[in-house]
Amino acid sequence: MSLASPIKKEQESFHIPKQQKTQRVMKLAEAPKQIKPILEVQDLAVSFSQYTEGLRQKELEVITNLNLSIHPGEVLAVVGSSGSGKSLLAHAILGILPSNATVTGSISYKGENLTSKEQAALRGQEIALVPQSVNYLDPLMKVGKQVRTAVKQGDAIKAQREVFARYQLQPQVENLFPFQLSGGMARRVLVSTAVVSGAELIIADEPTPGLDAEVVKEALNCFRELADKGVAIMLITHDIETALSIADRIAVFYAGTTVEVAPAKDFTGKGEALRHPYTKALWRALPQNDFLPIPGFQPLPNALPTGCLFEPRCQQAAPQCAMVQPKTRMVRNGMVRCNHAT
Amino acid sequence: MKSIDPTIVKKKTLIYIPKLNRRQRTIVSTVFAAMLLLAIILGGLLISNERITTNLEIRNLSPSLEHPFGTDWLGRDMFARTIKGLTLSLGVGITAAAFSVLIALALGMLAATMGKRIDALISWLIDLFLSVPHLVSLILIAFTLGGGVKGVVVGVALTHWPSLARVIRAEVMQLRSAEFVGISRQFGKASWWIATRHIFPHLIPQFFVGLVLLFPHAVLHEAAVTFLGFGLSPQQPAIGIILSESMKYLSTGMWWLAFFPGLALLIMVRSFDILGDNLHMLIDPHRGHE
Amino acid sequence: MLLEGKNIGFRYDKGPWILQDTNIAIESGEVVGIMGPSGCGKTTLGRILAGYEKPYEGSVTLNGAPLPQKGYNPVQLVFQHPEKAVNGRWHMANTLNEGWEPHDDILASLGIEKAWLKRWPNELSGGELQRFCVARALGTKTQFLIADEMTTMLDAITQAQIWHVVLDVAKKQNIGVLVVSHEKNLIKRLCHRVVDLEAMK
Repeated sequence: MSLASPIKKEQESFHIPKQQKTQRVMKLAEAPKQIKPILEVQDLAVSFSQYTEGLRQKELEVITNLNLSIHPGEVLAVVGSSGSGKSLLAHAILGILPSNATVTGSISYKGENLTSKEQAALRGQEIALVPQSVNYLDPLMKVGKQVRTAVKQGDAIKAQREVFARYQLQPQVENLFPFQLSGGMARRVLVSTAVVSGAELIIADEPTPGLDAEVVKEALNCFRELADKGVAIMLITHDIETALSIADRIAVFYAGTTVEVAPAKDFTGKGEALRHPYTKALWRALPQNDFLPIPGFQPLPNALPTGCLFEPRCQQAAPQCAMVQPKTRMVRNGMVRCNHAT
Repeated sequence: MKSIDPTIVKKKTLIYIPKLNRRQRTIVSTVFAAMLLLAIILGGLLISNERITTNLEIRNLSPSLEHPFGTDWLGRDMFARTIKGLTLSLGVGITAAAFSVLIALALGMLAATMGKRIDALISWLIDLFLSVPHLVSLILIAFTLGGGVKGVVVGVALTHWPSLARVIRAEVMQLRSAEFVGISRQFGKASWWIATRHIFPHLIPQFFVGLVLLFPHAVLHEAAVTFLGFGLSPQQPAIGIILSESMKYLSTGMWWLAFFPGLALLIMVRSFDILGDNLHMLIDPHRGHE
Repeated sequence: MLLEGKNIGFRYDKGPWILQDTNIAIESGEVVGIMGPSGCGKTTLGRILAGYEKPYEGSVTLNGAPLPQKGYNPVQLVFQHPEKAVNGRWHMANTLNEGWEPHDDILASLGIEKAWLKRWPNELSGGELQRFCVARALGTKTQFLIADEMTTMLDAITQAQIWHVVLDVAKKQNIGVLVVSHEKNLIKRLCHRVVDLEAMK
């Protein structure tokens, strides 16, 4: 308790008032320097014990050397293909990995190292998850009631009605059961749950899969609004377009690690401003850009290269790239893990 | 307020204790259960009937090296009676459990594939059997059939299938609507081909786990119904008979009469229960690697 | 070859109409996109055209004749989630060869590694599984391919890889492709023409 209160005060002074919304891009480009991160992940590794053949269990490293930080009032998008470990990152932060997982490295929240006990205490209170699947809603409880149970202080009913009104959910929706909702409505209910919880960090795991542009925009705007009020948002997605529409910075995942963390404005043109060859390739492969694939595939966790994880597919690869994994470094106000980045 | 070094490792595997993983534990419990089974069957075959004939000279002996479980009021060796009783229970249990699983498989698959009417009927039957306590319906069936081995086997087989049938019904329904089954149909595969290649392989583990989990229940219920006097006849050396007879002598201080047979029954049932649970966890794709 | 859906209407039992009076026609070698907001029946239309659902009203015809009830369906559908579209208890090799035996060059162009054939589906990622599902559906007897959000769950690079192969094979084998997607940019990039389902209602 004694620890939390001074930090909380500090935190409040970082709130970006609503009037400054228009200046947010400028503000946030500088933000990382001034503001202390709310969440910092250092050298995170997650491994699973798996049965290989017969009776032996083997440790399988799914996330390696992952570094990441997120600040209050910021939307950080985590972009990566399936199997890159981005959902596991969310589960590691919340402490909800399955029991055969082992975590090493450090995750600190408001400057304090997170233990599994604290994770359990913060989960749903200060850190909220907007899950990937609508199945996370209780199928037997009316959605209004579910949202109300997330309210920590004040009038729960009032908070729930306000949040529903804000996300254009009709008042009668609160009396519906999850199976009666359309995909878009269910998404908004899930977001509402995170909003009323008063969380300071919201982790949204693939919140808009397969939804059409209108619904996606609507859901994402909810997040942007929250961020403008000082909440930190981590948006996990495989879709760069989704990420770009609201994110301030974008962290690119490849084979279980971050290869680049870049300001969103760098994703433009032919990707000249980007740092890592994988990010550039990803950007160019978009249908609205060149739609040009690069050959090869992301290495599987049980067959990771010893050197740079992207080396087998990289055109710039030099002998040294195959030897050791490059260290992360700062290039032009962004983080990159590549020997060639300039 | 304590200072916290942010670089310290968050969660480390604790000091390594040579702990067996689930697959190894499953092997251990399988071996244990198999040895137990073998010992009981061999014991049942090898121990001559002489040991359980009446011998009034050695009545009411407490456990000793010669008679490890003691002897009863007629001078019968309790160890031999227990083994004989377990052999009988095993036979009854395995037969009943096997029939029960077959019933569950047949009804579960019929419910899932033969249309709404049959599904409604079978689901109603499942609910009916689940709503009445096993023991009550078991007693009724066994009593109607006049008790004996036949009564108990039929009774146990007819009362234990519903929960497994429900699992199988749900599994088959889910598989039938699975995308990969639809794709197989679009490739022109026949229904029988899809059933044997796509659907049955998913049911085999359910079948075996069901069998292993039902077996201890069957044994326990056989003993219970016999104990209550509706099951096997008093001439048969069943565990249930031994226990009910021993009750009369407990007050005279002859604790071994009920203790050892009861304990033996408990160990056998529990070891199969553990084996079944382990197998059950291993075939669950979400928890198989824990 | 012409795949046609005429006056298609669809609803479950007495539920609300999901599709009504919908007409669509695709010719061999053509790449057609379907657009429309979520819940407008894009997926249902795809399933009906591929014979997964019977239309409540109207008909689906292939060159004027109804879709064959038995044997290989010349209209193949590729789903959004490859994890559900493969049997978890089959090795990938069996899954790949269920409909036909794709030759090595198609596997190579899709980037399917030989070593993957011996794996179980849960050992591969969604992007890798989808490559198998695409290879499996592009058989020599396939005349139309319906891609229902086929690359929605994949990253941009894998998406581009897969679509380049599909367009290539479609051209060679004169396959008509129906692209069901909510991504305007993808449809714009791929399709010769676009059908707006919402406008038809």
